[in-house]
Amino acid sequence: MKKGVIRPGHVQIRVLDMDAAVKHYADLMGLIETDRDDQGRVYLKAWSEVDKFSVVLREADEPGCDFMGFKVLDEEVLVQLEKDLVDYGVEVEQVRAEELKDCGRRVRFTVPSGHAFELYADKLYTGKWGLSSVNPEAWPRGLRGMKAVRFDHCLFYGPELAATYDVFVNVLGFDLVEQVLDPEGTRVAQFLTVSMKEHDVAFIHHEEKGKFHHASFHLETWDDVLRAADLITMTDTSIDIGPTRHGLTHGKTIYFFDPSGNRNEVFCGGDYFYPDHKPVTWKTEELGKAIFYHDRVLNERFMTVLT
Amino acid sequence: MGMGFHVFNRTTGGHFTCHEGQSVLKAMEQRGLKCVPVGCRGGGCGFCKIQVLEGHFECGKMSKRHAPPEAVEKGEVLACRIYPLTDLIIECPPQPAVDFAS
Repeated sequence: MKKGVIRPGHVQIRVLDMDAAVKHYADLMGLIETDRDDQGRVYLKAWSEVDKFSVVLREADEPGCDFMGFKVLDEEVLVQLEKDLVDYGVEVEQVRAEELKDCGRRVRFTVPSGHAFELYADKLYTGKWGLSSVNPEAWPRGLRGMKAVRFDHCLFYGPELAATYDVFVNVLGFDLVEQVLDPEGTRVAQFLTVSMKEHDVAFIHHEEKGKFHHASFHLETWDDVLRAADLITMTDTSIDIGPTRHGLTHGKTIYFFDPSGNRNEVFCGGDYFYPDHKPVTWKTEELGKAIFYHDRVLNERFMTVLT
Repeated sequence: MGMGFHVFNRTTGGHFTCHEGQSVLKAMEQRGLKCVPVGCRGGGCGFCKIQVLEGHFECGKMSKRHAPPEAVEKGEVLACRIYPLTDLIIECPPQPAVDFAS
């Protein structure tokens, strides 16, 4: 049941070298740099997003993901969800407005898988990049590289998927769209949404807490995915796997790494979800096909390389 | 040394050439050698850890978690982020088996 969480809003990614990272996310992926702050963090957005930023890069000595933020409808919803989290026994932390530039107050909490998430209601509305909101053109000229359309979702690896599910589904109103069940019926992967997309956030079981598998960005067409693959080669960027199709979600995809070893995805297509849909189930016996629909075998790097 | 540097892998007894400015991992990958698992190639995941026994090299940025300074001092580095300055002798530690089901 919807509780006022609207969509993924941002992700803060740790990088080892800021200049190399900005080159990757801006020049190669086509995100637009929108600001920097006095901590040295760099703010970026994809062109079709209406708010000021969706990706924040922070230089650190270990790569990974600091947190993922979801936007909620308004302050009233934020107050309610904060109360719901506390009532459920989740410890919340207040992050003051403007800690991220032009972003309102954030409510931060860590789920049992070990990942930090945030809810916020306000961020500066700057409109789609390069387009007017009146009689807009089809797309803005001057985009670079892969021309990523939007920040779409993250996949995290960690333990305690059931307890993590409870927070997202029972407290925050996400729906389970797809799952992977092992022979005992234990859920080892869960794809969750607050929208019509097949996932806004996903988790795969892993012993170690708080691991980051990838941040994903949407492209329009399969041709765009192929073109992204060409650019990965042209720039000698570290490739993981693809272009290919997933069984889970049926998205058409390619995976690669940023210069600090964080995995990125660009993808197109995939299934859709309405709240009357029942979850789609994959069994671990068919995990190869669930993950890579064409190869039908597991790829060690995809399953185990994390930041 | 326009021809690059000689890297001797004591674990396998094999050797390969690493061009100037090329990472040891990239030299391995280009020759189809599978001395170490190839992960992110960005110093982030720690998969391509090797031990440099002899020789000098330059280091790119590596995750402190997988290559802490005290380990780097002892030559425990990530192959994707080291660039030889001289011929090298390396060891590739045996890899733990990966268990997908867990």
